[in-house]
Amino acid sequence: MKIFRNLLESVKPQFEEGGKLEKLYPLYDGIATFLFVPGHSTHSGAHIRDGIDLKRTMITVVFALIPALLFGMWNVGYFHYQALGETATLMEQFGYGALKVLPMVVVSYAVGLGIEFGFCIIKKHSIEEGFLVSGMLIPLIMPVDIPLWMVAVSTAFAVVIGKEVFGGTGMNILNPALTARAFAFFAYPTFMSGDKVWINTDGGAVVDGHSGATALGELAVNGTTSYSPMEMFIGNIPGSIGETSVVAILLGAALLLYTGIGSWRIMLSGLIGAIVMGLIFNAVAPHMISEAQQNFMAVPYWEQLLMGGLIFGLVFMATDPVSAAQTNKGKWIYGFLCGFLAIMIRVFNPAYPEGVMMAILFMNVMAPLVDHYVIEGNVKKRKKRIQVKTA
Amino acid sequence: MAEVSEVEVKVKKAKEPLLGKKNRLLLSDPLNDSNPITVQVLGICSALAITVKLYPALVMSISVLFVLAVGNVIISLMRNVIPNRIRIIVQLVVVASLVILVDQVLKAYAYDVSKELSVFVGLIITNCIIMGRFEAFALANGPWKSFLDGLGNAFGYAWILLAVAFFRELLGSGTLFGFQIIPTSWYITEGGVYSNNGMMLLPPMALITVGIIIWVQRARNTKLIEEN
Repeated sequence: MKIFRNLLESVKPQFEEGGKLEKLYPLYDGIATFLFVPGHSTHSGAHIRDGIDLKRTMITVVFALIPALLFGMWNVGYFHYQALGETATLMEQFGYGALKVLPMVVVSYAVGLGIEFGFCIIKKHSIEEGFLVSGMLIPLIMPVDIPLWMVAVSTAFAVVIGKEVFGGTGMNILNPALTARAFAFFAYPTFMSGDKVWINTDGGAVVDGHSGATALGELAVNGTTSYSPMEMFIGNIPGSIGETSVVAILLGAALLLYTGIGSWRIMLSGLIGAIVMGLIFNAVAPHMISEAQQNFMAVPYWEQLLMGGLIFGLVFMATDPVSAAQTNKGKWIYGFLCGFLAIMIRVFNPAYPEGVMMAILFMNVMAPLVDHYVIEGNVKKRKKRIQVKTA
Repeated sequence: MAEVSEVEVKVKKAKEPLLGKKNRLLLSDPLNDSNPITVQVLGICSALAITVKLYPALVMSISVLFVLAVGNVIISLMRNVIPNRIRIIVQLVVVASLVILVDQVLKAYAYDVSKELSVFVGLIITNCIIMGRFEAFALANGPWKSFLDGLGNAFGYAWILLAVAFFRELLGSGTLFGFQIIPTSWYITEGGVYSNNGMMLLPPMALITVGIIIWVQRARNTKLIEEN
């Protein structure tokens, strides 16, 4: 650490006012505060400040994502060898997956941070590390077979149109990672859905009888899935890289909840929302006309929770502190509707096998409205209280 | 509606040259400073709907050019006899007749495009740019000035439309005016790495493209930035 400190101190004069690299000060500031707790303090008034700043918050979320990332890497390798009908050791599977997934992570970070740094230097404000999390989330919610340049384009779109045009970190209406995925989904649909994209075969011939469809993909087509609940819970099923393993996600969720960085209200209410919608579907399933829909709706509500990206979305996306609702009551409503709509979209709309992305993006847009009415309601309640007292 | 920075035209007895400084301004101002789409935010619906390909966008631009320029002249000629209380109806009658004319010509000579543009040719009648120019300009100015104003605004509309259509067609279909621009060997289906951006074909991307044009325009032309 000492080396970094000395290095930073020695180059600091060049970045300060009058120095040679004055224009690049945001870059210096970003790196310095990333490595060390920043030395500045509040100037006026009395504040009680937590030692934790945005960078620590973000890095905690990145840590929480690591189990899902590692599991995703193994899962990619596992299905690669399984689809080709070859046997491989655990390390081989993991290594193959890492070779496929790490480039996506690197591309997403390089493009995203590059654009963020560029904007910071042009607009002369300090670098906000909001992208640390988005950059990790983006590869985790993409299919493994997507070309790297598509990851780059989607990331660029999400950072510029989803975030910078609104004023950068903290001002965005939509979750940047989901914006990237939504962009890729609509721009390159053949690479984002179907049953070919989830498993990397490197052009090799697939063994007979091997299906690369996700659980939800199968359900949407014939109303049944060949994956057992236990497989879906552990996560060795095809899907986006980070979303498959409920166990790994729950490990991350535990860290977020323990540190208080992820809102337990949103996660819990999201879960309740999904369960409620699942129960409604279970109840009305026998009255449906088409058999496929009957079967899909009859899927037990707890199995719905294990499929697709629901848990991943609720834990890592819906809880995004910027785009979620801000009031506590609002968080309950927001989270509930996220889960509720996610299950509804996935069952009702055959064009979107998974509804979590749409549901959360939709609720991102609605979050300020939810907050508005929660606050209005509170104002009204308090006004009434005053009137009662004075009367 | 954004503020209309109207060019103040003083009534002068002295004869102006046909393309004097003020008249030239009538042509050039709508291209940038008071562009109907990016500054006044009029005529957005057609800009979103028919900019998937360049050719329909071009045909649409020419149609609007004709309706706006000719309509402006007609209204300007009639401006002293139109009773103020029914002027909107009179304007509508003029636009409607011109649009029907355009529609019939398109149906006769460019049937495919006419089908592609479908209802949007008819909707030129409700295009805010046209009514806006009639109200704001033609009713108060002579025919030649109105003609120039009509041309200027139609060009302002047209270049945005064509710019949006250029990017949407190039990135969304890989073609320009129907000709393949991006080499077919680049496509993934042909063994390359490239793929068309399907989102470019959807209306939201037209809105975002217009937004980016507004962004670039305001970054270059700082007097357009409103003060808070």
